[in-house]
Amino acid sequence: MRKVRVATTSLAGCFGCHMSFLDMDERLVGLLEHIEFSRSPINDIKHCEPCDIGLVEGALCNADNVHVLREFRQNCKILIAVGACAINGGVPAMRNHFTLEECLNEAFLDEIGVDNPHIPNDVEIPLLLSKVHPLHEVVHVDYYLPGCPPPADAFVKIITDLLEGKEPSLPREILHYD
Amino acid sequence: MNSVQGAAPTSDLTSASYHDDHLLHRLYALQQQFQHIPASSIGALAAELCLPLAQVEAVIDFYSFFHRTARGRVDLLFSNCTSCGDLSLMHDLCQRLGVVPEQTRADGAVSIGEASCIGMCDQGPALLANGRTLTQLTPLRLEQIAERIEASTPIEQWPAEWFHVHDNVRKNGLLLGTTFSTGSALVAALEKGAQTMLDEIIASGLRGRGGAGFSTGMKWKFCREATGDAHYVVCNADEGEPGTFKDRILLSSHAHAVFEGMTLCGYVIGAKKGYMYLRGEYRYMLPELLAVLERRRKLKLLGTAILGQSDFDFEIEIIVGAGAYICGEESALIESMEQKGGVPRVRPPFPVTQGFLAQPTVVNNVETLAAAAHIAVHGGGWFNAHGSDKSDGSKILSVSGDCTTPGVYEYPFGTSIQRILDDCGAEHVQAIQVGGPSGTLIAPAEFERKLAFEDLATGGSFMIYGAQRDLLHVIQNFAHFFAHESCGFCTPCRVGTTLLKNGVDKIATGHGTQYDVDELRRMAALVKRRSHCGLGQTAPNPILDLLQRFPQAFEDRLVHSDFEPHFDLDKSLQEARRLTHRDDAEAHL
Ligand SMILES: Cc1cc2nc3c(=O)[nH]c(=O)nc-3n(C[C@H](O)[C@H](O)[C@H](O)COP(=O)(O)O)c2cc1C
Ligand code: SF4
Ligand code: SF4
Repeated sequence: MRKVRVATTSLAGCFGCHMSFLDMDERLVGLLEHIEFSRSPINDIKHCEPCDIGLVEGALCNADNVHVLREFRQNCKILIAVGACAINGGVPAMRNHFTLEECLNEAFLDEIGVDNPHIPNDVEIPLLLSKVHPLHEVVHVDYYLPGCPPPADAFVKIITDLLEGKEPSLPREILHYD
Repeated sequence: MNSVQGAAPTSDLTSASYHDDHLLHRLYALQQQFQHIPASSIGALAAELCLPLAQVEAVIDFYSFFHRTARGRVDLLFSNCTSCGDLSLMHDLCQRLGVVPEQTRADGAVSIGEASCIGMCDQGPALLANGRTLTQLTPLRLEQIAERIEASTPIEQWPAEWFHVHDNVRKNGLLLGTTFSTGSALVAALEKGAQTMLDEIIASGLRGRGGAGFSTGMKWKFCREATGDAHYVVCNADEGEPGTFKDRILLSSHAHAVFEGMTLCGYVIGAKKGYMYLRGEYRYMLPELLAVLERRRKLKLLGTAILGQSDFDFEIEIIVGAGAYICGEESALIESMEQKGGVPRVRPPFPVTQGFLAQPTVVNNVETLAAAAHIAVHGGGWFNAHGSDKSDGSKILSVSGDCTTPGVYEYPFGTSIQRILDDCGAEHVQAIQVGGPSGTLIAPAEFERKLAFEDLATGGSFMIYGAQRDLLHVIQNFAHFFAHESCGFCTPCRVGTTLLKNGVDKIATGHGTQYDVDELRRMAALVKRRSHCGLGQTAPNPILDLLQRFPQAFEDRLVHSDFEPHFDLDKSLQEARRLTHRDDAEAHL
């Protein structure tokens, strides 16, 4: 039987969600009987091939994030927003309280100890969006995996549910944070 | 004690019934004096009123009439209600005066912004100028206002007739058509005694006129039976539901009946103190209301030993709000009375057992109390001879929108909607919002429905939309209203009302897809089901009603693609392009 192909990526995130994904530990070994990876930081494949499931960590903060997200949407049958940043903007969206100009001035012009103050403008550097956005404001998202990061158990549950052809549903223990 | 900088008392109004030591009143005075609440005055004020600093800070931030930075010496707030608002007038005036909305002009002379419905729907467009009401605005009037602002003429010297508010009573009914003889309800009460009077109110079938329709007699009974150190009567004169202005005329022309209803309630439940919570938008009525109370004191209808009865003492105090719709919700209103932000309490316990200062409290609408006073005089039978099966008596309506004679109409319950439309001269009606944004939007096929708790309930709002109106635009207005007025306490409403607003905006501006409509429906159900209080529980109603009754209003605007982003991606890079001076291919999306 063909294995289910999974792609993962981190946009404006801290890789914490990916660390939690790896926290599945030995359960990953069992999963690998049924899934294989396309583009992912785990294997360093650079572009997403046609996939069954795409897991996206992090928010959208720049033009490159938008390109990567669009590539995922085009190639993945099921797209999952993983973690608070992808779902709500999370920590990166804290800059939304300021203008982009204020942020860049603080980082590259005004901060004490800045050497050669200028706002980087190399064409290699993706331009920043004026505000940080969650994924569903730019593409259709099929499922949301909440948490900062979502616990490993949540990854196990959503992936096994999908492998079994079930509508994914997280039990209360996994969704209850305090 | 030395007078605190800026903590000037509102001396001209100090009376036995309006107290300087209420935080809302003191902040109002500061706002009037300095056009904002000076940071330097907050600590002293908190100390003087023996309130925690954090509480004072929170209250300043909660109410929309208090500001941290200075508004203009003339601060104009245009109503943004679909009946008494006209924002095109606002934008014209902004242009004329060189003002950006919500920003004070550099010379400090003027600021212009928006306010939720100010209750002038029968004589709009309307605005508040430093809290005073101006109605029936025209381009000419705005030109005259602009001239006075540029000439620095203080508002006190603007022509008095500009501030005139008409009653516009178009149709008298059971209450408005029956003369109320001052003191008669209390005389009747003393004759019958508290228990018999309570039985009379129960027998009348009177139900609350503020919206929820709870039996007034039962409410009084529960409160009377509840134990506490003191009992309180509260008259809810917050009248914040857009399109509602019937309490306004009860307060301006029938204040004796309202105050007498409060006093009667006090007699029945054993309360010695009553409060009227008056919405800030109606502050212009305060001097007259205080004068009425003073007259009642002279007539021995208020104060100690009322009508010579040594054990019948009752005082009434007025507390004036500061621009928050949620303070009409009874438990939020009580929080506001207790000098806090208007955040609804968890119920139960209900106010009848634990209300103001955790004591048994009756909260009743203005109209309910006026009706109770009439019932005391004429009896329960007089009252319930009118009305429908489950709704006794009459209802006072505020009719506004697209009709020839907007104003106040009183009908027996059971009257058909069509009858009301005929009376107010409404033709080619497309839809009616019955009960305000939190009520029901009905289509012409339903115009034979009846005004009644068991059919179409309303706290009094009746807004008519003619054929030329864009209903999606109307619903968009309501979505903005709820997002603005959400108190922010619970997530489903705080976040949900904003998401609903964004969703409607997206569709209204031609960027929505079927997917957005489905999401809107899903979000509406969630907000309705999960919100803590009535505001969130009803906020999605207009959207759901429009989806059900006028689906075309949405479909006509939809883009036929699977998905449209929620914002303009390329535009979102504009600021970065400017800051980096880039315009290469990679600098666009
Ligand atoms: C968001 C919200 C706003 C309300 N606004 C008002 C109001 O302005 N006036 C009013 O009388 N009742 C208002 N109510 C209803 C009150 O909570 C309460 O039911 C009413 O004052 C009780 O008086 P009644 O039994 O005489 O109607 C509001 C309720 C909610 C949930
Ligand atoms: S959700 Fe939390 S763990 Fe995941 S990327 Fe964002 S900050 Fe990191
Ligand atoms: S439903 Fe809205 S208004 Fe009511 S408590 Fe929650 S946030 Fe506040």
